[in-house]
Amino acid sequence: MTINETQDEIIEEFELFDDWEGKYEYIIDLGKKLTPLDEQYKTEDHIIKGCQSRVWLHAALQGDRVIFTADSDAIIVKGLISMLVRVYSGHTPDEIVNSDLYFMEKVGLQQHLAQTRSNGLASMVKQMKTYGLAFSALQKG
Amino acid sequence: MMTTTSTIPFDIERIRADFPILDQEINGRKLVYFDNAATTQKPIPVIEALMNYYRGYNANIHRGIHTLAEKATADFEASRRAVRDFLNAPSAEEIIFTSGTTMSINLVAQTYGRHFLKEGDEIIISGLEHHSNIVPWQMLAGEKGLTIRAIPVLENGELDLYTFEGMLSERTKIVAVNHASNSLGTVNPVKEIIAKAHAAGAVVLIDGAQASSHLDIDVQDLDADFYALSAHKIYGPTGLGVLYGKRALLEAMPPYMGGGEMIKEVTFEKTTYNDLPYKFEAGTPNIADVVALKAAIDYITSIGKPNIAAYEHQLLQYATEQIGQMDGIRLIGQAKEKISVLSFVLEGVHHQDIGIILDQQGIAVRTGHHCTQPVMDRFCILGTTRASFAMYNTMEEIDKLVAGLQRVKKLMA
Ligand SMILES: Cc1ncc(COP(=O)(O)O)c(C=O)c1O
Repeated sequence: MTINETQDEIIEEFELFDDWEGKYEYIIDLGKKLTPLDEQYKTEDHIIKGCQSRVWLHAALQGDRVIFTADSDAIIVKGLISMLVRVYSGHTPDEIVNSDLYFMEKVGLQQHLAQTRSNGLASMVKQMKTYGLAFSALQKG
Repeated sequence: MMTTTSTIPFDIERIRADFPILDQEINGRKLVYFDNAATTQKPIPVIEALMNYYRGYNANIHRGIHTLAEKATADFEASRRAVRDFLNAPSAEEIIFTSGTTMSINLVAQTYGRHFLKEGDEIIISGLEHHSNIVPWQMLAGEKGLTIRAIPVLENGELDLYTFEGMLSERTKIVAVNHASNSLGTVNPVKEIIAKAHAAGAVVLIDGAQASSHLDIDVQDLDADFYALSAHKIYGPTGLGVLYGKRALLEAMPPYMGGGEMIKEVTFEKTTYNDLPYKFEAGTPNIADVVALKAAIDYITSIGKPNIAAYEHQLLQYATEQIGQMDGIRLIGQAKEKISVLSFVLEGVHHQDIGIILDQQGIAVRTGHHCTQPVMDRFCILGTTRASFAMYNTMEEIDKLVAGLQRVKKLMA
């Protein structure tokens, strides 16, 4: 599945919810189900700066694909992270770098990417792209 | 039949009608604004004062001789006198307009502190301080080799005054504490703190950012050397604050910033500074907001601080009971005397998740460390959820918060 196909799939899933409560219930559920990040990666190197909640992101190259794993101490952010990992993980660095993130806006969660949320989510998206760039350079180098 | 109008000391419906911002929906629900410790909303007279100023008599003050400049100057200075009365300061010259509490504290640190303190001197703050009453002193301490000590916080959120007494010595030069804590609501016994600090020969700055909308302030009765506050927390405009200072101290202090307004005479060799308060008000000040601050003070005075305090106390009591009895809730800060701030944690739930779910229900609270990380460290938590009440809040809104929290619990279970 391409990055955009995954985004479209998520958008479709959210069409099932007609109120905020169902939507958040789903996100919270995703958060609970996200495989926790290995404790060894919960270090300062992997932390994404945010003031309200902490977010950790780990990236590794497997073959020509980037595998992301991530975690947070807040459950809603964790659910949102789980969707971002689903969208980006398993793609090549170039696909990640050239992608356009639109599903958050389409499902009405754009406000979570706003700076004022200071939850590190916006920085996390940026960081995922930065990993893409770095791995891309590595592959080409 | 005629109905007799009983003496209602507090007409909540009328007060709410004065705050147009409250009449709106957030995420399809009527807004419940419980983030008043961060900033209070503005009543119509404040909004109109701003509009009237810009529509009718915007002009640069003090220098002009034309009619608009005279009217602007008159209103600007009338506001200074209103602040003097609000704080019961001896004179209007001791009232300096700043950009907020933060600037007021920095001003004292960078003028009084820099001029009069020397290596080895000590500054005492408290474990309840907002970062803006910590960092300016740390900057000064780093520059001058001073020591900063903090009065410990007891389990109930009160300051440990016994330890404070032991900390005072002839090395103590400044004591800087808040009148009320923004994260826990604790009202500190500042009169007693000031008396003890004075006995040790120290000068005292009181951070009144939180206390000023809730408590009657009398700087003479307190014998405060400096008192700082922010207009936006007393129903006035943002980006404006006040520093009260005793005349003798202000006169001995060097100016903070150089520029227009603060000078008497300038030649390239030497400048003589203007008199108080202008010495500390370099540049064109925030005229419109100063003018509107008077409208905020007049509004508070028209309702009466004791009435506001009594009503807010009822709100706090009700919220403390209702939320305190919920399963899994731990109240942080249960001082005997509090302003209307309720901080709590919900077991197993991150404060950010609480904030997001409450916002979905139109309820605005603050979550996080509230710029008081040392307080969070003291209670071994990362942050709290804080509901803070103002004169326009209601019991029904507290019921909505309780219901909102039940919803959070259900979703997170
Ligand atoms: C106790 C206390 N001190 C200082 C401040 C800083 O006020 P301002 O940001 O208006 O300068 C605040 C504001 O949150 C506060 O609550």
